[in-house]
Amino acid sequence: MKSRGLGYKRAFRASPIFAATVLASAAQADSILAPVGPVGAGDRIILLDALAIMLAIVIPTMVATLAFAWWYRASNKRAVYRPDFTYSGRLELIVWSIPTLVIFFLGGVIWIGSHRLDPFEPLPSKAKPLEIEAISFDWKWLFIYPEQHVASLNRLVIPVGRPLHFRITSASVFNAFFVPRLGSLIYAMNGMVSQLNLEADKPGTYRGFSAHFSGDGFSDMKFDSVAVPETQFANWAAGVKGAPLDRTAVATLLKQSRAVTPYTYRGVDTSLFDAIASRKLPPGEGPTSGRGGPGTRNAMPQGGAP
Amino acid sequence: MSAVDSTIPTSDPYRLGWQAPNLSRGHGGGGPATKRVIVGYGFWLFLLSDIVIFSCLFATYAVLADATAGGPRARDIFELNRVALETACLLTSSFFCGLATIAVARRNQVLTQVTLTITGLLGLAFLLLEASEFSALAAHGNGPTRSAFLTGFFTLVGCHGLHVTAGLLWLGTMMAQFYAKGFRPDIGRRFLCFSMFWHFLDIIWVAIFSLVYLVGTRL
Amino acid sequence: MLGKLGWDAIPWDQPIPLVSGAIIILIVLGVLGWVVAKGWGPYLWKEWITSVDHKHIGIMYVLLGLLMLVRGFIDAIMMRSQQALAFHGGGYLAPEHYDQVFSAHGTIMVLFAAMPLVIGLMNFVVPLQLGVRDVAFPTLNSVSFWLTATGALLVNISLLVGEFARTGWLPYPPLSELRYSPGVGVDYYLWAVQISGVGTLLTGINFVTTILKIRAPGMTYLRMPMFCWTALASCLLIIAAFPVLTATLAMLTLDRYLGFHFFTNEAGGNAMMFMNLIWAWGHPEVYILVLPAFGIYSEVISTFSGKPLFGYRSMVAATLFICIVSFCTWLHHFFTMGAGGDVNAAFGISTSIIAVGTGVKMYNWLFTMYGGRIRFTTPMLWSLGFMTTFITGGLTGVLLAVPPADFLLHNSMFLVAHFHHVIVGGVVFALLAGIAYWWPKAFGFRLHEGWGQATFWFGLVGFYVTFMPMYVVGILGMTRRLQHYDVPEWRPWILISGLGIVILIGGVICQVMQLAVSFLRRHELRDETGDPWDGRTLEWATSSPPPVFNFAVLPQVKDAEHYWEMKRRAREAARLGKEPDYQPLEMPRNSPTGFVCAFFATIVGFALIWHIWWFMIVGLIGAYATFVVFAWRDVPEYIIPAAEVARIDRANREARQEALSGEALA
Repeated sequence: MKSRGLGYKRAFRASPIFAATVLASAAQADSILAPVGPVGAGDRIILLDALAIMLAIVIPTMVATLAFAWWYRASNKRAVYRPDFTYSGRLELIVWSIPTLVIFFLGGVIWIGSHRLDPFEPLPSKAKPLEIEAISFDWKWLFIYPEQHVASLNRLVIPVGRPLHFRITSASVFNAFFVPRLGSLIYAMNGMVSQLNLEADKPGTYRGFSAHFSGDGFSDMKFDSVAVPETQFANWAAGVKGAPLDRTAVATLLKQSRAVTPYTYRGVDTSLFDAIASRKLPPGEGPTSGRGGPGTRNAMPQGGAP
Repeated sequence: MSAVDSTIPTSDPYRLGWQAPNLSRGHGGGGPATKRVIVGYGFWLFLLSDIVIFSCLFATYAVLADATAGGPRARDIFELNRVALETACLLTSSFFCGLATIAVARRNQVLTQVTLTITGLLGLAFLLLEASEFSALAAHGNGPTRSAFLTGFFTLVGCHGLHVTAGLLWLGTMMAQFYAKGFRPDIGRRFLCFSMFWHFLDIIWVAIFSLVYLVGTRL
Repeated sequence: MLGKLGWDAIPWDQPIPLVSGAIIILIVLGVLGWVVAKGWGPYLWKEWITSVDHKHIGIMYVLLGLLMLVRGFIDAIMMRSQQALAFHGGGYLAPEHYDQVFSAHGTIMVLFAAMPLVIGLMNFVVPLQLGVRDVAFPTLNSVSFWLTATGALLVNISLLVGEFARTGWLPYPPLSELRYSPGVGVDYYLWAVQISGVGTLLTGINFVTTILKIRAPGMTYLRMPMFCWTALASCLLIIAAFPVLTATLAMLTLDRYLGFHFFTNEAGGNAMMFMNLIWAWGHPEVYILVLPAFGIYSEVISTFSGKPLFGYRSMVAATLFICIVSFCTWLHHFFTMGAGGDVNAAFGISTSIIAVGTGVKMYNWLFTMYGGRIRFTTPMLWSLGFMTTFITGGLTGVLLAVPPADFLLHNSMFLVAHFHHVIVGGVVFALLAGIAYWWPKAFGFRLHEGWGQATFWFGLVGFYVTFMPMYVVGILGMTRRLQHYDVPEWRPWILISGLGIVILIGGVICQVMQLAVSFLRRHELRDETGDPWDGRTLEWATSSPPPVFNFAVLPQVKDAEHYWEMKRRAREAARLGKEPDYQPLEMPRNSPTGFVCAFFATIVGFALIWHIWWFMIVGLIGAYATFVVFAWRDVPEYIIPAAEVARIDRANREARQEALSGEALA
């Protein structure tokens, strides 16, 4: 049988190039390795720490696997055949205890990190957080700014440098609110209110989307998250135009639609979020046409404001 | 199966040491078990899996117990007198099943058929009482579609009732088999399984009346 | 009269399912026609369809699994090609269709490809390794197989009649409730999985009873082969976990059919409860798949290193450790549901703890190779491929087990890459190794080694090219299940993934070639003695294929690696041991119970899906009647006379003696 060592050695040599390519890409796109806020930065550090801890075990093990397989190949006459080597107390002690110790260490990282970076935890900042209420519909996102009495569909405008306190729910099925460059994601569920604390420290436009499959229009459930300086944000909020966000407007939103172009509302009924979250306002209807089987495909309105 | 010769193994690559003379004591070296043990053990595993199903239903009931959606709560709808009567029927039914086990061991056809008939009738009485509870609730609009709490209640108690129904079908089949084929060993093994099943339903019922009815009306 | 069923159930306006459904029907009719024309009907009925022989049932399971693996792979090709083409919209699969494709891909691969393959190998090998004649409940074994086949059949029927679920492979409410999924898709899923789940539970019960109560005399627990230990752990998990699946899917079914409120958005339903219950099944499920895979590696690595497995007792301990801890980790599938720091951390730690058990196994395999004389046969190549691949998959798994990291990577392509890494690298590689390893035992001829190695290299390289880019796009923010996307930075990586699947297609072709070439050259590749690999466990003591009774006389096991000891003594003496004292044997009779029961189960499932209530009642009565007829049987066994046993066994002894003498002269 021919030796496999050569193929694997080539793969090993290629891996730094691979890693470099990844990191280069990361610099351009909305990568989780390029956070713009403290939450994303905290998550990232923990990810890289955990990776380093695990690589310390994984790399030697992989090297040993390939080395042993190659050295002890049947055609190698120099290797000592030891068919009686089936038990070693010392080795057992090592193979049980070293992973256990590593896991102890990792466990510490997990415990501390899970508490410090829990989405419900407010950020350690002196500034008063901006309240935003996010509701997922089929298949768009509504962002209500209760203090500014405005709302925005499929577009999130946020001030730089101020902590943001999100209250999140769904008006239909499970979704997940996620802006990778800002940090953690959390589920949006009907009947529940999730909370998320984030902050953007650099201006820019960041991709946001739903990170939990929610149906046929899921791929279009994305929004731009635009971080602007504080004064610009205040001007934006003051200058927002649009119809008022009331129960009639919500009734339209509850109907299924996809790829909706962003627009805004001026004048917000601030009880709407809690009404939807507590199911006082009934959740979305689901498909209005196409009940079962192909050939009865849902006729879906696309884009545009009502 | 006879005990195995106590020779020291000729090779011991894992350093397990010399085995004691009678290898079947705790080390599992006695060879294949008897058919009765195999059948009984397998059915016992099945009952354990059934307990897992009921555990899920109990857990769900507990989670949904407060979700009454404006409808009735536990203490509004549970009638403990009827539950006591159902419990009496089911436990007595199990007692008669126990008597039937003795009758089968003694190969007494008449006693077997009589005790099994009483077992079945008491089981049927249990089912009829439960059905009357369910239909009374449904007639008042408090069926399983009213609220999550009622969904959990009907499903948990109803699943037990479904098991009792299946048990009665099985009981009828067993009675017919004893009558037609006598006390053959394979029928005896099946009856072992049936009696385990019937007693198991008792245990589940005890859990239900404690955790659902008693706890529900005290809270 | 026909419930919801009508002519509009057939996808007249969708060419892909229509044409592929038609092709499948043509193939099935073609095969049936060929079988009838050749007159193989009675033979197939007597020897295979009604068989209660664990070896035949195992082979049928593997065949079912391989067919469904191909079907699931075609779904994968569609997914990769759709994503490769769908930059800024485009692609050829509308969302309604794409959603069914990825749901079917996951459901088929986990439940109808991997599970049958694993159970099939357990079926074939475990009784042979234990030195006994069959499992505890042979007819129940047949029922299990045919119920699994029913589930697979229902999933395939959904291609042409109706639709499949569009919810993903786990139908989370509220999306899977009637309100948001009014079609029959979720119902197809529910009944297919529910019915086959009953079959799997019965398999679990069967094998735990067999392994704990039916072993050759003298085979104590610590003399069992490692594969049997892992089969035991896996089946214990099946008994504990599959009822949870049954209960949970039953609750969803009640919601959909009777308007109950377990998981609905209204009247107090709690969709989060579904997540907890389904993952309390779902996580043990992946260990149900991977533990027997670990067992296969233990057998293969030990055989082809020419050494006993290193650290047997610690392997047993690690297996049982993994078995138990796998029940304590389910919440890591939804760290992002907001359970709080304490709960998230506790489950993150329990998930990391499992890595200890897996690590111990890795090191034991490593030290099995140490000091060995390694032969790089196809099964050994797959095992080496596994060792490197699974470690990487395990690494990314531990990363995801850290909640703050998971907050960034949940449901991303990074997750998709991780679980394919462990399932393909762990389970699929093991299945391919196991099939290559035990094929000669099952069919009497070896598989062509050259094509096997080609399959391995295409498979390994194809796997990495397909799935490594997914880690990258996951880090770049791509979530899973997207039907189209518009981020230019993702494009090159998605195209590389597409290239990877083409390489994997090459691997599938090589595998098919291997089977075809091996079959055509089976006389050259014949396994004369029953021990082509110089094996160490008892299955290699039988002929290839083994006789229906496996062993003429149950072996009196005196050692761990009893067969290796027998061979050592025989080699020293250049002679086989004494001829055993042949006795007549009782074997279980074949029975159509399994097939007929599954026939009625298919009727019940189809009727329930389409709300054809009278048809459902017919099916239920039929299924019950089948059991009563089976229970009424008077003669469950038949006798093989001692002379027949002697004749068969002596033929194998002759072949072995010849090989032994040949070896002694060489």
